Amino acid sequence: MAKASPSEPVLTLDGIRKSFGSKEILCGVDLSIHRGQIKVLIGPSGAGKSTLLQCINFLVVPDGGRISLEGQPVDPSDRKALCRYRQQVGMIFQDFNLFDHLTALGNVEIGLVRVKKMKRSMARERALAELERVGLARHAHQYPAELSGGQKQRVSIARALALDPKVMLLDEPTSALDPELIGEVHAVIRELGAAGMTMIMATHQIGFARALAQEIIFMENGVIIEQGPPDQILDDAQCQRTREFCAKITELGGHG
Amino acid sequence: MNTPLGVLQQSLPYLLQGVWVTLVVVLGSLSLGLLVGLPLAVGQVYGPKPLKRLIGIYVWFFRGIPLLVLLFLFYFGLFPFLHLDLSAFVVAIIVLGSISSAYQSQILRGAILSIPEGQMKAARAIGMSDVQAIRHIILPQAFRLAVPGWSNEYSVLLKDSAVTYALGVAELMARAHHVASRTYQHLVLYLCAGFIFMILTFLGTRALDALHRRVKLRGYS
Ligand SMILES: Nc1ncnc2c1ncn2[C@@H]1O[C@H](COP(=O)(O)OP(=O)(O)OP(=O)(O)O)[C@@H](O)[C@H]1O
Ligand SMILES: [Mg+2]
Repeated sequence: MAKASPSEPVLTLDGIRKSFGSKEILCGVDLSIHRGQIKVLIGPSGAGKSTLLQCINFLVVPDGGRISLEGQPVDPSDRKALCRYRQQVGMIFQDFNLFDHLTALGNVEIGLVRVKKMKRSMARERALAELERVGLARHAHQYPAELSGGQKQRVSIARALALDPKVMLLDEPTSALDPELIGEVHAVIRELGAAGMTMIMATHQIGFARALAQEIIFMENGVIIEQGPPDQILDDAQCQRTREFCAKITELGGHG
Repeated sequence: MNTPLGVLQQSLPYLLQGVWVTLVVVLGSLSLGLLVGLPLAVGQVYGPKPLKRLIGIYVWFFRGIPLLVLLFLFYFGLFPFLHLDLSAFVVAIIVLGSISSAYQSQILRGAILSIPEGQMKAARAIGMSDVQAIRHIILPQAFRLAVPGWSNEYSVLLKDSAVTYALGVAELMARAHHVASRTYQHLVLYLCAGFIFMILTFLGTRALDALHRRVKLRGYS
């Protein structure tokens, strides 16, 4: 596989389109992200943020457009290649989607054992290290139903990290959480960023986005309206719609 | 000694041997039903349209025809027509197992469908193929949900197994009938047979309840 040069984006989207029925949800989205960058997607409900993120790892298959990882276009009709690609693109869901029948450790381990075909003893060691990293080593043997929302989300981050992803996609990772649990998940994401993880995250937590992101992307009705550094987009947007949205969401107490 | 209790006492060992036959028929058809019902359920949820259609017809066939008709159809009709010389015992297991597979496929299908969509998404997102996701993520959860359905399926099969007496399978009911028609102690013999069926139902459902508690996930109420 070609090694990406520093100037080449890790991930590139070209003209991603998606319709559900006759309704166009994504109308040709272009986006690229370099190693270690963090980009945050904002936009009103129904803008297509979740659909876009799920298109990136083909959980929703785009109707048109192209996605490349390190310059290699991904062909979703090649199932083997698709599975290999997905291992390299970690996904964090709003409602965690932990495997309910497995312990925290089992959740992190299963990808290593079943997908990476790692020996169980090695997988266990690696999984424990990832749980340690998100501060949950002590909860390794608990089932999802025994964990708080914040803990579940941290397990799901460990599950993704175990596969050494090149990019992480996070779809509103804290919006299903009680306010007092948001901080612990934000802390883990912040550390990931500091460790150089490349991330694309949808969130309504404007304060967090401002502190973390190199770039904020404002999306509405399936198109990217505006993108740029946080201060520019949040305080000084070119487009009227962006300004309105940012004003509203900041007012709603987005200083998270 | 042709008193009711005398007859009962004398024939009890003979009847109890029939319990084994009954249990083998029931457990055999329950297992066959699972073996066939599982792929049917998976096919009906994840398979292509024509396959779903075909499975639908299979289920409709085995659920729509009375047991006695199916037993006679296979034993006197289909297998002789195919020049297959199968014993009544084997045919009983095949027919009950096929019917059970139709019911079990629907129990499992319901269980699979009740698993949140996010489980499959998360499995795919970590790079599992659909086959891996079904095997390692979906089915282990679906099986847990299916246990109460199996408990019901067991007790239905147990009672249905008495009908195989019509083919001459030497199970509990056939033996009770055999003794009764020679000794004329119908009341006590059929009461006894009924009582044994009740005990078997009770024990089996208790065992499956215990299994249910055992596989239940911690933290779920
Ligand atoms: N599977 C689907 N079938 C039909 N329509 C869908 C489907 N998934 C999403 N949509 C529609 O696509 C549009 C965009 O949804 P999406 O979830 O991507 O928005 P979003 O920006 O993530 O919004 P939110 O902030 O509420 O999460 C919505 O109008 C939604 O109703
Ligand atoms: Mg969304």
